[in-house]
Amino acid sequence: MTTSNYASERETDEGRVFTVTGGDWDTIVSGTDPINDERIVVNMGPQHPSTHGVLRLILELEGETVREARSVIGYLHTGIEKNLEYRNWVQGSTFVTRMDYLAPIFNETAYALAVEKLLGITDDITERATTIRVLMMELNRISSHLVWLATTGMELGAISIMLYGFREREYILDIFETITGLRMNHAYVRPGGVAQDVPDAAIVKIREFLKMMPKKLKEYEDLLSGQPIWTERTKNVAVLDVTGCVALGITGPVLRSAGLAWDLRKTMPYCGYENYEFDVPTHPDGDVWGRYQVRLAEIRESMKLVEQALDRLRPGPVMVADRKIAWPAQLAIGVDGMGNSLEHVAKIMGQSMESLIHHFKLVTEGFRVPPGQVYVAIEAPRGELGVHAVSDGGTRPYRVHYREPSFVNLQALPAMAEGGLIADVIAGGASLDPVMGGCDR
Amino acid sequence: MTSPTDKPNDGGVPLPVVPAGATSGAPAEFPPASPAGRGMFGNQGTGDVSGYGGLVRQRQPIEEASRPYGGYFDEVRDALEEAYPAFGDAIEKVVVDRGELTLHIRPERIAEVCQVMRDDLALRFELCSSVSGVDYLGADERRLHVVYLLTSMTYRRQVRLEAAVSVEAPHLPSVTAVYPTADWQEREAYDMFGIVFDGHPNLTRILMPDDWEGHPQRKDYPLGGVPVEYKGAEIQPPNERRSYQ
Repeated sequence: MTTSNYASERETDEGRVFTVTGGDWDTIVSGTDPINDERIVVNMGPQHPSTHGVLRLILELEGETVREARSVIGYLHTGIEKNLEYRNWVQGSTFVTRMDYLAPIFNETAYALAVEKLLGITDDITERATTIRVLMMELNRISSHLVWLATTGMELGAISIMLYGFREREYILDIFETITGLRMNHAYVRPGGVAQDVPDAAIVKIREFLKMMPKKLKEYEDLLSGQPIWTERTKNVAVLDVTGCVALGITGPVLRSAGLAWDLRKTMPYCGYENYEFDVPTHPDGDVWGRYQVRLAEIRESMKLVEQALDRLRPGPVMVADRKIAWPAQLAIGVDGMGNSLEHVAKIMGQSMESLIHHFKLVTEGFRVPPGQVYVAIEAPRGELGVHAVSDGGTRPYRVHYREPSFVNLQALPAMAEGGLIADVIAGGASLDPVMGGCDR
Repeated sequence: MTSPTDKPNDGGVPLPVVPAGATSGAPAEFPPASPAGRGMFGNQGTGDVSGYGGLVRQRQPIEEASRPYGGYFDEVRDALEEAYPAFGDAIEKVVVDRGELTLHIRPERIAEVCQVMRDDLALRFELCSSVSGVDYLGADERRLHVVYLLTSMTYRRQVRLEAAVSVEAPHLPSVTAVYPTADWQEREAYDMFGIVFDGHPNLTRILMPDDWEGHPQRKDYPLGGVPVEYKGAEIQPPNERRSYQ
């Protein structure tokens, strides 16, 4: 590209730099000849109900056909990775949980696994903590897929499914609130284990949910699968085959919908997933319909996993035994949210000076992590969620980088949209399930 | 070791004050001398009446691995050595740590190595999982590292490639021709660290605004405080606050 209507350019010692600042609509429009040029440029977003968040799409159209599609991201960049470098390792979980806000448990678990690998305590994590992690992740996968179904339905004109999807997701958030004290942004999975044990009330709720959900899933399918508009809008739309997926780094349901059964829970197991019975659903077509089928099937598989995890829950500690790593306070949920349990406060304030010192040191200073770097990847609802964590031996992360599936997957949008109809941009984009909080971090 | 203020003003931003404890005077080591290994309360000079400010912690350096590496690491190395004639020239160091293999690659060779890693039948690293930057400020001249995580879906293996460049010449070839997925990830590394990937089709900022000055995730990027509406008070940037380290 030598000259561009979209951006002003200047030469620097790092090469040519283009500046796109927004408010550039007049320049973009003036670059096209309205009489002889068939192409029109449509700006969609960053605030648009069908873009799944603050995503800006610039589409070059010929009639209704998309000739070029470019996505602009960064509107939700909050500098979480940089922020982590100025907090201690445990505080990190409250930051990472806010990245992909539809899959907070996955962000936390990936982070915790990375810190544990750096500490070399991966094998010391208690059985119960690991099982709770699996339980929470699979519930979270269901809630995330439900939001996908809800928003995608809405974007393709099926408003009822949006209400149903959010309604059932609310039930899961209710379970999360019972367990962690918060509907979202839990900071529940911590390096070394989980913040506190699962209360009995939550187990009852989960069992109820498992009983209720198959009926609801059938309802969704009755509502959508045979629906001619839904099939028209999804079948053979935004096709991407395995080669395209792997080249563009697309993982998760999109890759599986193209036919490759690549699921890190099976292929590179973590958290004991190799001991669970579940299938990896795939679909041969690689279109939006396939992604819909795969995600619905994954909800069913996740329910199997939740059931197995519930059966495996044996009483036991939920934090590593090492008191130099485990959070010193026994946390409890009080009327005003989660905090130190009253017994613990009584002990450190009234009985044991050493406990107070220990608590103070670990909470203000944090534990030290031996220098080195690790990469840990888990299968999040959107694909491979990787954490590259570097420690310099201190009490704070030296660098944490998230390989966010939303960020990587969104690169596929031009490949899916170009040459198709403008309406299919919405279907294709939605089928990638991008969450901009995770994408921009 | 050099302090951040000895560097030229390359980030395009005002030079920061040295964070407390950043200049320890220790010899270059990996990971570099950072405030983490020294002192206890983050204060220096007369403020320290405890004597703990002079505390120095011993840290295990990460050393080059020797054969056999164990697991599939030897196979990967041998396959790469066989398939890539310039192997001896390209590989700077091999590190095995925490069950992960890291090949330190000479930056100008990185695209070639990736090509071989992807195409050779015994290697088959089809997927480039992650590209990220790390700024090892104070380690040595080549403080900006680019870290590639390659996954072989066929053999279910993972390998990390690492290339280091200096701030003065932060250039290395782009791997987008081999792994198209590296497109946005290289843009992010450029945006955050100012690493320039030669041959990238469209190396522009991706997360920060396009007219942003400087590269925010560099370790010497000034953090800035927040003025608060109370008698002209200011919340200090996090690296200047009193903290327990």
